Amino acid sequence: MTTATLENAPAGAPAAAPFDARAEGQRLFSDWYAALADAPARGQPVANVFVMGNAVEILRTFDFQLVFPEINSLQTGVRKASEEYIRVSEDYGMSPDVCSYVKADVGLILKEQHHPAGQIPKADIAIASNMCSTFIKWAEIWERMLNTPAFVLDLPGQRGGNWQVRPGDAQHAADARWVEAQFRDLIEKCERITGKRFDMDRLAEVEDRVNRMVYHWNNVMQLNRVCPAPYNAMLDGLTYIGIMNVYRGTTEGVEFMRRLEDEIRGKVARGEGRVAQERFRLLFSGTPCYVSMRRLIELFETWGGVFAYSDYLTFAAGGMDAGELVYDTSRPLESLAEITALAAQRGLSNQFFAHERLAQQVRDYDVDGIVFHGIKSCRFVSSGMADTRDYLNRRLQVPSLYIESDLIDPRYWSDAQIKNRVDAFFESLHQQGGGAPLAPKTVAAEAGRAA
Amino acid sequence: MTAQIPYDHQAELEDVLERCNALRQAPVPSGDALPEGYTGTLGHFPVYFPEEIAHAAGLLPVSVLGGGNKLEMKHADARMGSFVCSICRSTAELGLNGSLQSLSGFITHPICDAAKHLAGIWSRNFPEQLSQILYLPQNVNTPGAVRYVAAEYQRLRAELERKTGRSISDEALRASIRVYNENRRLLRDLYAVRRDEPWKLSCTESYLLTRARTRIPCEEHNALLGRALDAIGQRRQAAQDKPRVVFVGGFCEQPPLEMLETIDGNCYVVDDDLLVGLRWLTSDVPDAGDPVWALAESFVERSAASPVQHDARKTKEGYLMEMISSSRADGAVLTAAKFCEPGLDEQVAWSKHLDQLRVPYLVLEFEEKMTSFEQMGMQVETFAESLLFTLA
Repeated sequence: MTTATLENAPAGAPAAAPFDARAEGQRLFSDWYAALADAPARGQPVANVFVMGNAVEILRTFDFQLVFPEINSLQTGVRKASEEYIRVSEDYGMSPDVCSYVKADVGLILKEQHHPAGQIPKADIAIASNMCSTFIKWAEIWERMLNTPAFVLDLPGQRGGNWQVRPGDAQHAADARWVEAQFRDLIEKCERITGKRFDMDRLAEVEDRVNRMVYHWNNVMQLNRVCPAPYNAMLDGLTYIGIMNVYRGTTEGVEFMRRLEDEIRGKVARGEGRVAQERFRLLFSGTPCYVSMRRLIELFETWGGVFAYSDYLTFAAGGMDAGELVYDTSRPLESLAEITALAAQRGLSNQFFAHERLAQQVRDYDVDGIVFHGIKSCRFVSSGMADTRDYLNRRLQVPSLYIESDLIDPRYWSDAQIKNRVDAFFESLHQQGGGAPLAPKTVAAEAGRAA
Repeated sequence: MTAQIPYDHQAELEDVLERCNALRQAPVPSGDALPEGYTGTLGHFPVYFPEEIAHAAGLLPVSVLGGGNKLEMKHADARMGSFVCSICRSTAELGLNGSLQSLSGFITHPICDAAKHLAGIWSRNFPEQLSQILYLPQNVNTPGAVRYVAAEYQRLRAELERKTGRSISDEALRASIRVYNENRRLLRDLYAVRRDEPWKLSCTESYLLTRARTRIPCEEHNALLGRALDAIGQRRQAAQDKPRVVFVGGFCEQPPLEMLETIDGNCYVVDDDLLVGLRWLTSDVPDAGDPVWALAESFVERSAASPVQHDARKTKEGYLMEMISSSRADGAVLTAAKFCEPGLDEQVAWSKHLDQLRVPYLVLEFEEKMTSFEQMGMQVETFAESLLFTLA
């Protein structure tokens, strides 16, 4: 599929019944977990992958059942079970100062792969990119504890500030050549594991479905540029991104995204916002705190604040919303390497130069402020956050709030402290000329209905 | 005619070590203090950096190894989270307090996410410096890795040429490779003394001798090492009743000197991964043919190991066991810098592995800003005594 055909792609037939993205997302997730548990019985090969730089397109070509350990870990948080898994891993020896996703997963291994959502199969291969350095250490843990071979996918990232790489230029060609060499190596390994020959036509089919998903995904992201924002990027958006990852390259994924876009277009046409009276449009930078995300959103929506966008929706969705990222299915493998190299630089490793992306997103989504969520668990997003905030405050005079908790470790959530900071932030925005705060009770009730 | 002063090897060694210790605390040279032939300095963060390329460009390679335990943090606490390791925070502090303002550039690597963020901090705060990530690969096992590394080195070469306005010829690179090959040989000799006659050279002394390269030209470092090795060769010190151990966990953040002295006081440290980036290439780099290819090929095929470099040929447990067996060590000191995620992960893996093999070990956590070592001293002493008891 080319860019031209994407631009002319049909908007899709109107949904026969109202689309409930949350309910449909939950159904798809239940199906996925059921498929994980059944994979060994089906004799299906299994691959562990991460959300950034994962070669899913190749793995789907070989019919691997995909396990997303990050999603397994965050689901222990959503299901209020993460502390138990984390404590098991700390008792085993893991440090309090390392990624809580990793610790929850080590806890899962020590609990014989028994997850609150079902049994997680052991993988035949793990793909770990260098986009987050912890991915590699995590994969090495699987090598040791589960004998799962790791394939490290090395993606050359953004080398410096103001890094301009364009499709086809010499730097991009060199980077893509290296990525393609690794894909060819991976394909050989997949052939050995599955006993199947690689099928280039199937790769093209998977890519075509990814193209369609990305097309709708990008439209969904752009639709939140309107005011009022039809969805909350850090609540509703978390369901969307889950489907974007787990069902990437599948017909179910395409259909979900198509219907989601239709649904959100309808909301925009009707002027429906996520909150009844949108007073403040915000940008969320960082990762969610999955154990308390609904509570955190409540603290903001009570004040009429909605997250119109989050950089999480870029990097944790594979960085495919960075523009010009469309597979050329007439040359599937080469194009996969080219787009993967571009996404790594425009949507993933540009996290290390986050001020550039955030400055653009502040303009694109016309936000009143940025909320930075720093966590010890994720140095990929957090290490440069305070400096980025300082830079943006000085250069763009964007009001911002910095809060700290964790991805899934409830021991780091301090409700009173975070509420005080959020309230003070909104008071400050109000004093700087923002809208008058809504009566908290009214808005809380509305927020509850919308959730 | 003046009488020749008799050679005193101990005085000679003390003189060299004093110079090395002064260099450890010395500021980055600039202006008139730059060594002859150099037009500037290029800072680089651990672990490995191909210094030959900067050397050939007339830029003095300067390892930026954090601020030690004497640096007062005035700026970085507000710019990096409290959960970030000390070396990244103190490096940011050195930048923000002006100590590194004379650098022509600062290069970091994809060893961990905090290190990669330093490039962003540099680009935001010091836009006049060349601030980049040198994307050394975490996959060195796929065919094509050498070609990729060579392309990345050529990119760096072009960046340095633009920065200095001076082209880097192949011949200049080959000359630099020869200088560094000599340095690699001398460092191998230094570590051979540690392995074969550890009573002649402590870990602390060896560390100071190695670290001196981070502030002076490699040629000068070669001369210093030559003097030191001559003097060490003539040292007559009796072996003491101390256990032989290897030290790991010092591949990036620098343990305080007092910590190394504490371990030296109780054990012979017969191998370590301290400053391993300065010893990363384990044999001579070919000095004929394409010099960039030779450096890249050496990185992929003939290099050391660390917790922050994935290589399917070298498991972390495997290289630790190789260190232990080749140095005939009785046990290991497994350290990790506080908040160093790769190091802390590895510490668990190493200790589980040594448990299985019944190899004695001691787990220590350190921070560059540590100032109290009494408790650590008691731990090390107890460990050493138990080792000696086991060996008796």
